[in-house]
Amino acid sequence: MKTLVLVEHDGQAVKDATLATVTAAGQLGDVELLVAGQGVGAVADAAAKIAGVSKVLVADDAAYANLLAENVAKLVVALMGDHDAFVAPATSNGKNIAPRVAALLDVMQISDIMSVESADTFTRPIYAGNAIATVTSADAKKVITVRGTAFAKAAREGGSGSIEAAGGQGDAGLSSFVSAEVSKSERPELTSAKIIVSGGRALGSEEKFHEFIDPLADKLGAAVGASRAAVDAGYAPNDYQVGQTGKIVAPEIYIAIGISGAIQHLAGMKDSKTIIAINKDEEAPIFQVADLGLVGDLFKILPELTSKL
Amino acid sequence: MKVLVPVKRVLDYNVKPRVKSDGTGVDLANVKMSMNPFDEIAVEEAIRLKEKGAATEIIAVSIGEQKSQETLRTALAMGADRAILVVADFSIEPLAVAKLLKAIVDEEQPGLVILGKQAIDDDSNQTGQMLAALLGWSQGTFASKVEINGDQVAVTREVDGGLETVSLKMPAIVTTDLRLNEPRYATLPNIMKAKSKPLAQKTPADYGVDVTPRLTTVKVVEPAKRQAGVKVADVDALVAKLKEMGVAA
Repeated sequence: MKTLVLVEHDGQAVKDATLATVTAAGQLGDVELLVAGQGVGAVADAAAKIAGVSKVLVADDAAYANLLAENVAKLVVALMGDHDAFVAPATSNGKNIAPRVAALLDVMQISDIMSVESADTFTRPIYAGNAIATVTSADAKKVITVRGTAFAKAAREGGSGSIEAAGGQGDAGLSSFVSAEVSKSERPELTSAKIIVSGGRALGSEEKFHEFIDPLADKLGAAVGASRAAVDAGYAPNDYQVGQTGKIVAPEIYIAIGISGAIQHLAGMKDSKTIIAINKDEEAPIFQVADLGLVGDLFKILPELTSKL
Repeated sequence: MKVLVPVKRVLDYNVKPRVKSDGTGVDLANVKMSMNPFDEIAVEEAIRLKEKGAATEIIAVSIGEQKSQETLRTALAMGADRAILVVADFSIEPLAVAKLLKAIVDEEQPGLVILGKQAIDDDSNQTGQMLAALLGWSQGTFASKVEINGDQVAVTREVDGGLETVSLKMPAIVTTDLRLNEPRYATLPNIMKAKSKPLAQKTPADYGVDVTPRLTTVKVVEPAKRQAGVKVADVDALVAKLKEMGVAA
């Protein structure tokens, strides 16, 4: 089987989500990558070095500059004559583009796979991860998105894929990019961080969220996350959100502070290696999944913890 | 301009799903069912467009069992004008749903279709994008803001790194994210009024759509459970544990 993997990148570097997707695709067959964007030569060079990659197709064109789904899906469909599976990371780009490709190919997509059981059978979470379904696809070609935390990351070095130009499908003329408001942060990215410090509604305000969560995160070199309750209350921006409707994370250490542990939140972090919970309510559901728990007032505990680390 | 809003009847989001012991799925017998929360946001957005004068008629559509009528009545009570139920007695996959919706769009000619970004039962996150593909329309997924300007709609999207705004040529597809709006509750008079609003019943065959599933569910199991760990007494004990893990010096 020949697979085509959508490379997630920021214009300069290949993002970690791509590496897990390469591993998943490698379990299906030969791995070719698609780098779509504008001025993405460096990304293509880096992509060709990823272990297990046989070829990198580069579509370098203004039409792909902002990865508009209307344009990228057209490009992918043109390439799928020669491939058996389109495999994308379950990132916002992957989730935006893959179903459009699937419908154009008349294929039922398999979303957010957690394992490859065989060439046509996969496991995937349903009901916010409260159940795991094993599904078999009857479609001749497969369209798949991959849960990044469920697969090991392919090595960034060791491969020697060839690089070929692709594209020429042009602009579909349906949509245009207006602006982006990218959260700037010196901290690691949530989905690839080794340690995450996450705050909940108990922080009480945006000021307190930053005053208490940020110093601990900085001390640990951690990314900052938040529960949906904290995001909805305006204490933290939306892209901090961890959970069923936010980001799915699986760091080495996840520190949940003032987070009760709603099903919705647990769905996004319960695959973390070690979970540490700090909460004043000893009955909070978060303690049922936490490896280490500390019951108490976070406004007293956090400054002490930060100073003692 | 007509606005089409597809809605799905799902297990209520406050109910903890229980996997059936025979591994065939999640138990939906005698549990509370509600409108998919993202679809409620879609209905609300359509109503707000109508209140602003940008939309003239809101058509709610559901594809599923007869009981989905209740979900459509909820949409009508919130403020949709009429409803269409495509009756299907088994679970219809997103691709087939998109094909049915395309047939309805061809008939109704809406300027905008607003859908929830995903249903909280199968968590597929596909139908809106697929419908956009089949229609050859533009798509604004995971929307947190929707603004119509003439024949363009500006959609602010919630993406991994923050927010992104795209301008779409209409007709267009929009899928909703949580922060787009806060859906209203239906008032009692409006619930009564909704009972007399038109609700048409159709079947997939009426639209000539083959809804045969492409995926077979082999089994459904509970995820591996995490064991609760230990509670530490104070910050010093926590710091000691963190040092053991090599986190702190």
